Amino acid sequence: MKRIFPILGLLTAVLLSYALYAALELAPTEQTMGDVQRIFYYHVPSAWTAFILFTINFVASIVYLMKRSAKADAVAVTTAEVGVVFCTIVLITGPLWARPVWGIWWTWDVRLTSTLVLWLIYVSYLILRRFSSSGQTPVIAAALAVFGALDVPLVYFSIWFFRTQHPQPVIGGGGSLDPRMGRVLLLNWLAFSCLALMLCWSRYRLERLQREVEQAQAFDPILEPRSHR
Amino acid sequence: MNFLYTAYAAVWIVHVAYAFTLMRRYSRLSREIEDLKKK
Repeated sequence: MKRIFPILGLLTAVLLSYALYAALELAPTEQTMGDVQRIFYYHVPSAWTAFILFTINFVASIVYLMKRSAKADAVAVTTAEVGVVFCTIVLITGPLWARPVWGIWWTWDVRLTSTLVLWLIYVSYLILRRFSSSGQTPVIAAALAVFGALDVPLVYFSIWFFRTQHPQPVIGGGGSLDPRMGRVLLLNWLAFSCLALMLCWSRYRLERLQREVEQAQAFDPILEPRSHR
Repeated sequence: MNFLYTAYAAVWIVHVAYAFTLMRRYSRLSREIEDLKKK
């Protein structure tokens, strides 16, 4: 496994570099919005990646609630944290795209508001994990994650069921996307998925190591008197 | 164009900042492991 990580790192770096070049140079310029539309190649893949990570968090939380598996709990924390990073990017790039195109930074429509709520739910989840020292914290956090995940389909399907400022989805939404734009979009998604995998991998290892250290520290005061004998 | 470059820069700043916090947490944990080994 240790050999795979640098290979994946190299592959991710190459993919991200080429995806950046493709987004800025290879993708055709959109006629109405101009170059600012290229934010799309970072905004949409980040949103998809966040949705996938929150879905994995949901599955891991259910597994934890059913089996009390420490590994499932570590996967849940990992995917929530990396998911928040990607969701933050969606919330930053969205207004930066909206300002020149819509003339406003933000509007309280269903898509944007539900995305902000999704981000707040998972930030609350991480705050709970970070600052609560109760033994029941993983259970409460898993329950919060299960309810929080209900917001993921609401965010995704909100533009189908409600009239919003946000455009229709590019895939499965009935809109047409230039095939060259579609290829660049998928390339960027692949690159960001590889980056997410690397970040999750590192964060998962950190979480497991942290738990081992906490366990060792918890036993330390018990073992210490014996070592003085 | 400014919005485009600001957005792309923001994406990379967020990712680099997160990777940096992970590295910092790793080094802090490594120090804790060393302390535990010394005991």
